[in-house]
Amino acid sequence: MNAVNTASVVHPANESLTGAERVVLNLYIISALLVFVVMMLIGLIMRMAQGTWLNVPPNIFYELMTAHGAGMVGTMGLASCAVMWFFLRKYVRLHLAMFAANYVLFMLGALAILAAVFIGGYAGAWTFLYPLPVHSMGQWSVNAAALFMIGYLLIGVGFLLFYLDAMLGIVRTYGNLARGLGLNRLFGGEIDKTHPPAVVASTMVVIVNSLGILGGAIVLVMSLINAYVPSLTLDALLTKNLIYFFGHVFINATIYMAVIAVYELLPRFSGRAWGVSRPFLWAWAASTVMVLIVYPHHLLMDNVMPHWMLVMGQIISYTSGLPVFVVTAYGALTNVYRSGIRWSLPARLVVLSMFGWAAGIVPAIIDGTISANLVMHNTQWVPGHFHFYLLLGVLPMVLALMFHLVDARKVSSDGVGRAGLPVYLIGGLIFVGAFLAAGHVSAPRRFAAHLPQWVPYDRAGSIGAALVILAMLLFTGYILGGLLGASDNAPAADAAR
Amino acid sequence: MTPQDRIWLITLLGIALVALVFIYVIARSGGVPAAAGEVQTRAYAIRRWWFIALLVLGVGVTWATLRPFPVADQRQLLPGAQIVDVVAHQWFWELSRTQVNAGQPVEFRVTSADVNHGFAIYGPDDRIVVQTQAMPAFTNRLVHTFRRPGFYRVLCLEYCGLAHHGMANQFEVVATTGAKP
Ligand code: HEM
Ligand SMILES: [Cu+2]
Repeated sequence: MNAVNTASVVHPANESLTGAERVVLNLYIISALLVFVVMMLIGLIMRMAQGTWLNVPPNIFYELMTAHGAGMVGTMGLASCAVMWFFLRKYVRLHLAMFAANYVLFMLGALAILAAVFIGGYAGAWTFLYPLPVHSMGQWSVNAAALFMIGYLLIGVGFLLFYLDAMLGIVRTYGNLARGLGLNRLFGGEIDKTHPPAVVASTMVVIVNSLGILGGAIVLVMSLINAYVPSLTLDALLTKNLIYFFGHVFINATIYMAVIAVYELLPRFSGRAWGVSRPFLWAWAASTVMVLIVYPHHLLMDNVMPHWMLVMGQIISYTSGLPVFVVTAYGALTNVYRSGIRWSLPARLVVLSMFGWAAGIVPAIIDGTISANLVMHNTQWVPGHFHFYLLLGVLPMVLALMFHLVDARKVSSDGVGRAGLPVYLIGGLIFVGAFLAAGHVSAPRRFAAHLPQWVPYDRAGSIGAALVILAMLLFTGYILGGLLGASDNAPAADAAR
Repeated sequence: MTPQDRIWLITLLGIALVALVFIYVIARSGGVPAAAGEVQTRAYAIRRWWFIALLVLGVGVTWATLRPFPVADQRQLLPGAQIVDVVAHQWFWELSRTQVNAGQPVEFRVTSADVNHGFAIYGPDDRIVVQTQAMPAFTNRLVHTFRRPGFYRVLCLEYCGLAHHGMANQFEVVATTGAKP
């Protein structure tokens, strides 16, 4: 890549934003960043409470845990929608109104959730596992639980609107969803190397997450009816299946949306194209199916489940790792190897995200083994592996887009990257390592108070978390300043973009 | 070596391997750019090998970890097992007996009177030995043969509300003279 065309390669003209688009996108980004920081602080409070450095009463701890879980998962969904929207709109026609509607419904839902938790005292965890929301032993009212669920429904409707719009856009441009996903090229035929990975990933997400959210909506409506007509009892195993189906698909969809930033941004810095190939299309087609049927790995300790489903949960857990390793992470490394890459902050973040994702699924896959799950299920091994790929995988993808946007307006974020990224990485590794190590010695997850032998892990985790938050504050301040402050670029250059 | 130690070791090795590959590539990311096509061709050739290796490993591990099947048959009762009925409540455990013999299978019949709970048995070394879910309207059978005598702690491993973390009980495994080692 030569210096002359660098700016137009990194910030191509078709990515420019209209005034209205910039406002909506900024709302997404700024809201997401602020929620991330607050939720991280809540996480730190929980970890310090477990480490007996803070005294937090159990009812407050579990409220914080509920807010942190729902807040982080939801906001990661919101932020990764922004990634998908930003890149997908170059290839298919998206309606800004739908993108904005998703934001508004999200905020209304978030308001309902916050009120349910911090006013209504709802602390039934983000997974609202039936019948706990309606059986709190007097800790919170049925109304608080219902408000929480209504908040989820509002958020779900917003996502569905956005996905519907994306679906229509993909169908209008490519004929149908199968072509968007590249299914017509799985077995033969010329691979269209200009078919954008962003379209493949988006198509996969609109399919799976629409189904995931529908599953969630069904169990939410069932739970709401049961809340006010308790005589209509629900099947605890069926609701569990639906909830984990929804939860698994939703959180995984955030990764599949956010990874678009990797496919789009990395080649601009490495100077090497990253187009679709047959293995790439196979990987995404397989992931589409696998992400929908792998959820029984959350039910491996439900002995009454049909055992074939448990076996499927284990096997699909294993095979789910293959596309990540074989296509995405290895593809990124191939793209970088001896490329003379320019290590801008977005480039560093996407490579970090590939590491976080690939390394984080190692403990996850192992936990998908029934005999390993027998001793690891619901220990801190679980927050250990999911924080690994959420904190060191998905969040860096999302941050990469944010810095990319700021870099278009500012000189360069390289400096803030040099200062912040090592702190983020080291803190993150300490934080997730402490969870995994605690899981190794059987410390349970979701415990407001720990036995003395687990406290050292909690303290180490707190120190790691504090480092992450320090770096995150630096990033947040820089991004907010970059998006809201005056642009460094001459007006002419700005207009050209 | 406990199962946890094995899992921990394999995980650390796996993560270290991923990290080494990343470090290797990042260390060789600079310099004069090599032709993308050449790098790709070689990388894909290498990939074929470790892809096959992963497949073989996956099939082997699947086979090895599912035989014998780690979850007890839910219909076939085990003759001669010591039976412990377990009922979970917010927030205490009700066990039909608090002493079992080592070396002789124990069948736990685990259910819940209210919400979901997790029935986890911690050994004398405070590591989880086995667990299953306790669910309203379902009974999960869990079969385990204890080798080591001593006190075993029961903790709740499914979040069940305010006093979830305080929901503990225990039982004793006693050595029997007739027990096989
Ligand atoms: C500095 C950053 C963070 C800190 C300090 C933190 C801390 C924590 C703690 C202490 C828990 C409870 C662990 C337990 O069960 O004992 C937790 C759970 C959780 N965290 Fe985080 N976290 C952070 C970042 C994130 C991120 C980035 C995400 C996702 C996008 C996330 C999602 C979750 C979820 C889904 C749970 C499960 C809640 C539940 O069990 O109901 N966290 N976190
Ligand atoms: Cu519990």
